[in-house]
Amino acid sequence: MSGLSRRRTANAVMNVLAGSAAFVVILPLVLVLAFLIYQGGTSLNLDFFTRLPKPVGEPGGGMANAIVGTLILIALACGLGLPVGILGGLYLAESRDRRIPWVVRFLADVLNGVPSIVIGIFAYTLVVRPMRHFSALAGGVALGVIMVPIVLRTTEEIVRLVPASLREAGLALGLPQWKVTVRVVLTTARAGIITGVMVAIARIAGETAPLLFTAFGNRFGYHGLDQPIAALALQIFAYAISPFDDWHRQAWAGALVLISMVFLVSLAARLATSGLQRQTRR
Amino acid sequence: MEQSVTGGGAAEGLPLPRAFLARSRGAAWGDRVFMGIVRGCVAVFVLIMVGIVAALVYESLPAIKHFGWRFIVTSNWDPVVESFGALPFIYGTLVSSLLAMCFAVPLGIGAAIYLAELAPFWIRPPMGFLIELLAAVPSVVYGLWGIFVLAPWLRVWLQPALGKTLGFLPLFKGPPYGVGMLAAGIILAVMTVPFIATVSREVLLAVPNTQREAALALGATRWETTRLAVLRYGRSGLIGAVLLGLGRALGETMAVTMVIGNRPEISASLFAPGYTMASVLANEFTEATSDLYLSALVEIGLLLLGVTVLVNALARLLVWSVGGSVKAVRE
Repeated sequence: MSGLSRRRTANAVMNVLAGSAAFVVILPLVLVLAFLIYQGGTSLNLDFFTRLPKPVGEPGGGMANAIVGTLILIALACGLGLPVGILGGLYLAESRDRRIPWVVRFLADVLNGVPSIVIGIFAYTLVVRPMRHFSALAGGVALGVIMVPIVLRTTEEIVRLVPASLREAGLALGLPQWKVTVRVVLTTARAGIITGVMVAIARIAGETAPLLFTAFGNRFGYHGLDQPIAALALQIFAYAISPFDDWHRQAWAGALVLISMVFLVSLAARLATSGLQRQTRR
Repeated sequence: MEQSVTGGGAAEGLPLPRAFLARSRGAAWGDRVFMGIVRGCVAVFVLIMVGIVAALVYESLPAIKHFGWRFIVTSNWDPVVESFGALPFIYGTLVSSLLAMCFAVPLGIGAAIYLAELAPFWIRPPMGFLIELLAAVPSVVYGLWGIFVLAPWLRVWLQPALGKTLGFLPLFKGPPYGVGMLAAGIILAVMTVPFIATVSREVLLAVPNTQREAALALGATRWETTRLAVLRYGRSGLIGAVLLGLGRALGETMAVTMVIGNRPEISASLFAPGYTMASVLANEFTEATSDLYLSALVEIGLLLLGVTVLVNALARLLVWSVGGSVKAVRE
């Protein structure tokens, strides 16, 4: 049976090849994390979280402004992007029309693939041009636009999972359609929607390209939503390409903080989903 | 007092108290308002899409009028004399992305096959989670790692070794800088591989089990089942997954900007520095002093938008053809 043994060998070889491909894919994660923890961990200190950046070329200082800036930008993006994303997703899932949801879904997936820097140009022409200067608001608009398709699609998927019997029960009690949607459907789908929101936040927290010419960054504290604002990712970029060793050190520290934020949010999203799955299975 | 409801769908003809009717008339009003809000949100979303295209077209009109086709076929980029030819950027984007695909496609699909078909069951969830984490690492962090770890490693180890053994090929000629097309290709491969792997895995999982059972029942080995019954069935979806990865690579900005060297030149060597469409936007947009300069940059953005929209639209249709249109592709 040489044919069979050849086939068995092919099976074993492909098994090993596919397995090693999987390990090679994960290898960079290990390498990146190892360097981040080694380089970032040794340069992280209390000053990093509490101090503003020192003048150019002077060692010391921190990124307090950038951490606050990133949080403000995320809040702005959520305020602008979430209503559109969640209600849009609700429409896609609940609509009985055939064509419009298909088109919107397709547009959402295409928008999801549009490079973030192009969305930055859009925010630039929409907000920065008329205002004539860079602003936190422009950064929030850019990030909000990036959030919309992600939230829209996850909301749609989750709302579809809400059993029709729950809606029927609500309607049978005489509740108007909109109350059923808000009080029954949205409440049931809450955990899943929160997951989608957190996935979107994890994505925009590290975005740099669309902020370059919208939020722009600044080296001082917060000065209002109509003024340029710092962001962690922007400051990491600026420090990484600078010629100063102390700034490189801070860039590593910033990257460690940023990636911890992103991973924590991703992990929370993951836990929320697994909780949801357990709930629906029960 | 009783009155029958008229035009109320299933409830037609039922006797209902007047008080209830009054309330349900209010409810219909509430429904209309709510539907209005929801429809408004969908309209806003569609307006965003239209607005992106309109804004980019409008802003790039001066450059389109001024340069015409010369913009994409000439390679002289000199803001001082306002001569703009985007060919080096287009070349850099295409070459770095294709290079990335050379690494990322076999690795990503291999990993997906392992995760969906061949791996022991206990290893699948943790490994899938790690690959998703890989996709969550921000671009600027990859860039930082690229500058301080990958580029020095390429300069000291890989590039001299390649130059010594394969230096007769034009691909591996020239001094080893570290930063350059090769570094950009590798970083892009690292960044796109998780997308290709995750989407491919979802495509493979969407292949019906009857396919596998039929092949196994005929006595096929695990790999033969995968090759004959699963991969062939999911082929268009896998192509879609690769295109999604390609779309990511074409538009990726920060990490590439940090490792590609940013020099607008076309060189056959992978060791030489290059420049991509996204990187030139990142580096020069805030420095664009004249209207024509800005317009030329926006035109690069418009080209980038056009290419990525095409690639993504095609990819979605292919992935949907396997997975069913309702299933969203997670990113």
